[in-house]
Amino acid sequence: MKEVFVLAEHRQGELRDVTFEMLAKGMELSQKTDTDLTVVLLGHNVEKFAKKLTDHAKRVLVIDDARLENFNAETYQKVLTHLISERKPTLTLVGHTAFGVDLAPSLATELDLPLATNCIDISFEGEKLVVVRQVYGGKVNVKASLRKSESYIVTLRPATFEAKGTKPQGGEVIKIAPPFSDDITYKRFIEYFQPPAGDVDITAADIIVAVGRGIKDVDNMSIVEKLAEAFGGVLACSRPIVDKGWLPNDRQVGTSGKTVKPKLYIAIGISGQFQHISGMKNSDLIIAINKDPKAPIFRSADYGVVEDLFEVVPTLSDRLLEGKR
Amino acid sequence: MNIIICVKHVPETAEAEIAIHSSGKKIKTEDLVFDINEWDNYALEEAVQLKEKHEGSVTAITVGSEAADSTLRKCLARGADKAIRLTDKAFEGSDSYVIARILHKVIQDLPFELILTGAQAGDDGYAQVGVVLAELLGIPHATMVKKVEPLKGFVKVNRELEGGLEEIMEVKLPALLATQTGINEPRYISIMGIRKAMKKEIQVLSLKDVGLTEEEVGESGSWITVEKMFIPPVEKKAEILTGGVDEITTKVVETLRGKGLI
Repeated sequence: MKEVFVLAEHRQGELRDVTFEMLAKGMELSQKTDTDLTVVLLGHNVEKFAKKLTDHAKRVLVIDDARLENFNAETYQKVLTHLISERKPTLTLVGHTAFGVDLAPSLATELDLPLATNCIDISFEGEKLVVVRQVYGGKVNVKASLRKSESYIVTLRPATFEAKGTKPQGGEVIKIAPPFSDDITYKRFIEYFQPPAGDVDITAADIIVAVGRGIKDVDNMSIVEKLAEAFGGVLACSRPIVDKGWLPNDRQVGTSGKTVKPKLYIAIGISGQFQHISGMKNSDLIIAINKDPKAPIFRSADYGVVEDLFEVVPTLSDRLLEGKR
Repeated sequence: MNIIICVKHVPETAEAEIAIHSSGKKIKTEDLVFDINEWDNYALEEAVQLKEKHEGSVTAITVGSEAADSTLRKCLARGADKAIRLTDKAFEGSDSYVIARILHKVIQDLPFELILTGAQAGDDGYAQVGVVLAELLGIPHATMVKKVEPLKGFVKVNRELEGGLEEIMEVKLPALLATQTGINEPRYISIMGIRKAMKKEIQVLSLKDVGLTEEEVGESGSWITVEKMFIPPVEKKAEILTGGVDEITTKVVETLRGKGLI
């Protein structure tokens, strides 16, 4: 029986959400193509993960080795090259995460298999594998097909597929000996590093005023600071503001920053790339201010203001302060 | 330390409205401003800073049309010593796998200890050229790099993971690092730098010079082919508040008051 592989992702003793998102999509694909869904689990002392994953797939291939304790593209690639060459899955799903982007392109190159990265949808049309990807910061979607192959590798965007509960699959755990005899030679994991936290915890705020690239200049930051103050809320931001050093990184909302769920989220001059959206989409009420009516942020907001932020924001601050007097 | 940086000339779309070309396979670019890819801009700065600390040279390489010269000039003005442009009609339609193969053919003959690229391109967002290139060259790599510290025979890097966490890795040299935005503060270019850069030569190489066949590049050599582009469907649409600025702000305040938020 042919297989669809899902590479389990875990870090610091936790299976990551993207694993279950890929398993849900993988289940759908394996049912449609009459293949088995197989989880590939690499790690050290991961019996607990293996047991949990048996609920989600037909089998769990476990490769347990001290050298696989932490993610390392070198060791992971060695194991996966071996498994994919041996078992020839029709498809291998990997998360488009910090781990996946470090692994999938070199793995596909070594195996000479076509790869599509950062996909938001995937389906077989006959034997052809078709994917949907987002380009230009989420403003355009692309439907694309992969070169015909016995086996494909695809990275799926996190927080895009729903991790549905399924009836327990009662999968079989199969332990496989690590296929490498030599030691790790050129890439070594040292440790995790958590940058120190600042004095403001944006995840605890009821009202967040968030600012993005549209603010243009550090000198303009005062207008959003004033609005945050007028709301009695905290100021947060999207990635470009932290990259420029205008706010510290503990104010960043998104995949590489914080996930927030305030009662009110006001996005100012933020275009709404998925990395940002995934950090704020569960806010109770979202208002977006952006002069581009096609900005992706309006797809996630409850209310939209398509105007110049430099006019709207100061007026809104004044209106709020008037109300308080 | 000899460093190669791979850069891409891309349209700036973060603040622009986008329309699809009549072919349905690309966007209209006539009204867009092109510049160095944002991630590559940080890679460039990192390369120049490393050169300033550890000596050596910086070579900038791009695959693109003649228009990409402005991005290469920017690299030269900011401190790159040499620039190479890989241009051929046959390269059109190449996916990022083919781009990496083209770069590989040229870079394999150049001396280097380090290759820097941006972690991804702001236009197509594949995030794969660097890692494919490293594999083709048979050297180790690290992506999403937030900090680079060269040591004897290896480089210590911080990789950005999700949720603000980082991991520290040691990677043997020669290596390829794909840098994340925010790794440094890209410098402004002096007028003198620009003047000097205009005088420097840009080496241009074609398909023949690179040593690949027509079948190996363009769509025929690619892993992935664009079938069509479209504006994403709207699942949840915001209620757009209309009127002048005064009217809109009044509506915002009333809405929030109605919901007990202010």
